[in-house]
Amino acid sequence: MSDTKPILQLAGINKSFGAVHVLHDVDFAVYPGEVTALVGDNGAGKSTLVKCVTGIYGVDTGSFSFDSQPVTIHGPKDAAALGIEVVYQDLALCDNLDIVQNLFLGRERKKGFLLDEPTMEQLARETLASLSVRTVKSVRQAVSSLSGGQRQTVAIAKAVLWNSKVVLLDEPTAALGVAQTKEVLSLVRNLADKGLGVVIISHNMNEVLEVSDRVAVMYLGRMAAEVRAKDTNREQLVQLITSGRSGSIGLQPATAREAGE
Amino acid sequence: MSTGSQSTAASDFSLDSERHTLATTWRNYIAKLRSGDLGPIPAMLGIGVLTIAFGLARSDTFLSVRNFGNLLQQAAPIIVISMAVSFVLLLGEIDLGAGFTAGVVAAVLATRLQANWSLPATIAFTAVVGAAMGLWTGFFVAKVGVPSFVVTLANFLSFQGIVLLITTEGGSVGIENKPVIAIENSNMGVGLSWGFAVVAVAFFGWSVLRKSLRSPATNPIQVAALKIGAVAVGAFGFVGMLSRNRAFSTSPKKIIGVPYAAPLVLIILLGTTFALTRTAWGRHLYAVGGNQEAARRAGINVTRIRMSAFIVCAMLAGTGGYFLASQLGSANPQIGGGDTLLLAVGAAVIGGTSLFGGKGRLLNALLGGFVLAIINNGLPLVGKASPFGITEIDFSKSGVKFIVNGLVLLLAGSVDALSRKRSAA
Repeated sequence: MSDTKPILQLAGINKSFGAVHVLHDVDFAVYPGEVTALVGDNGAGKSTLVKCVTGIYGVDTGSFSFDSQPVTIHGPKDAAALGIEVVYQDLALCDNLDIVQNLFLGRERKKGFLLDEPTMEQLARETLASLSVRTVKSVRQAVSSLSGGQRQTVAIAKAVLWNSKVVLLDEPTAALGVAQTKEVLSLVRNLADKGLGVVIISHNMNEVLEVSDRVAVMYLGRMAAEVRAKDTNREQLVQLITSGRSGSIGLQPATAREAGE
Repeated sequence: MSTGSQSTAASDFSLDSERHTLATTWRNYIAKLRSGDLGPIPAMLGIGVLTIAFGLARSDTFLSVRNFGNLLQQAAPIIVISMAVSFVLLLGEIDLGAGFTAGVVAAVLATRLQANWSLPATIAFTAVVGAAMGLWTGFFVAKVGVPSFVVTLANFLSFQGIVLLITTEGGSVGIENKPVIAIENSNMGVGLSWGFAVVAVAFFGWSVLRKSLRSPATNPIQVAALKIGAVAVGAFGFVGMLSRNRAFSTSPKKIIGVPYAAPLVLIILLGTTFALTRTAWGRHLYAVGGNQEAARRAGINVTRIRMSAFIVCAMLAGTGGYFLASQLGSANPQIGGGDTLLLAVGAAVIGGTSLFGGKGRLLNALLGGFVLAIINNGLPLVGKASPFGITEIDFSKSGVKFIVNGLVLLLAGSVDALSRKRSAA
């Protein structure tokens, strides 16, 4: 899998908020067909990095390349145009609307100036079916009547409906029970198997090891290590998260100390 | 959409693909009710119960065809203003100034007609006035960020002032224009009335049948036929009843036909419902009312949607002003004041529109408007009575009327709150 070129690559990203230097020379790559887990303690800079990728924050220095082409991302629209979609923790769904209405919100299919409901309904079913979603009874169900896992599914489907190439998921299983977590993780795996570049932020190491191909560990604003999931284990990840290094991998002792100060 | 995509497993979307019959449709409907989604049921029950109660008390007057015609005309202005307010209620906002928005338009209408403007010019001008008032409100709510409660409370005061100034402090501006007076005072001929009923039933039938033919599995033809049958019986019964002379026997002039107010209200209802349910604008309005942040992230221009809702609200309230002016035959300083606004908001809530935004239909305003109109029409007819033989109450007193209106609104609000609790559980 190391032969594939990254779909999205960030190099030397620096970001400060006033005097606070949040991201230090961060390199990060997302590969098509792979799940990359982004882990790190609270305040390690995961969310800031995601917000830089999606254009919500501008970066101070550093470069982006997408599909091996250098690109600039100035705002959420640029990111969406490239095919980068984010599923936020709060899902951003309208409870009062049904599944179809939510999936196409802001990008409705029209016939003339009227909504083209049959086409949207059909596309919604096809998208959900292609994600192997098995639990939704009707695409005309109101989102308020769905379970947490089903909502997460709808939010993910909304992100992939637009032929997106990279999907970032912010703690998709944080609020879910065991069965629903399993369902969502298999969906995440599914996305990667369809060839998308998937980034998942998670605090659950078992989940990370189960679903991801690569694990990127952040430590106090630096990218401490990028390891293959099959080459690592729970203890190593925890050590990387808490101290920035583990054995021979991770930050140099001097850098880790400097970061800690 | 009965088959779905080929790759769909049998268990997926079972509700969409399962062949519905009368029985399963009924079961699904009951399940929907039990989940707390009552729709227009409470308002329809209200209409039924009130009609029976007043009918039992005064079958001679309340149930007369004459009173039925009156009722339609009495309900019309409140229904139109209620539909106007519904647009901002769907956003979770309120318009306390809608009554006087109607009042300002009515006053401008009366003075323009008195200044010998033609009707089309007057209509165009009042439309601009209405839009300007909506733009004013929308600017302060959506751009400046003042709560709509405050902005429209200010409007309530200042628009009232405008009405006073236009009607020159206590004067009353009479309206002689025939079409305007006809809105609330004249009836269509018998032929036209039947024509209207046929067109209305045909239109309803076409829209229901189209849906049924497109997805026969989820919208079985038997259910469609039942719906069309019920509407046809209702519409033709309604016209048949109103096609009899309902003038007092001593009166030399006949009163026959459906009041113009009925088709006008229906056309407004149809147009606005169409805009809300079939256009992207309407979809976005519901989305902003349901979850503003989600709408913003979906790329919807939230500010523009909110502004436009206030503009539509003001223009529609202005249309309600035509009904008010027609009803009075003039514009006086109180027009659009008193309980106009409260009844309009009340009608929407009684119909099932939520004050928290995102939930409701314009049909609710019509049903709720009828509930209130029946109360206000029926109570004075009942007069002195002693319900359950306890004590004699004079139901024609306006104090009693206000209390009953208040209690009904409270009941509707409680039904809404309880059904929300139920669907949240």
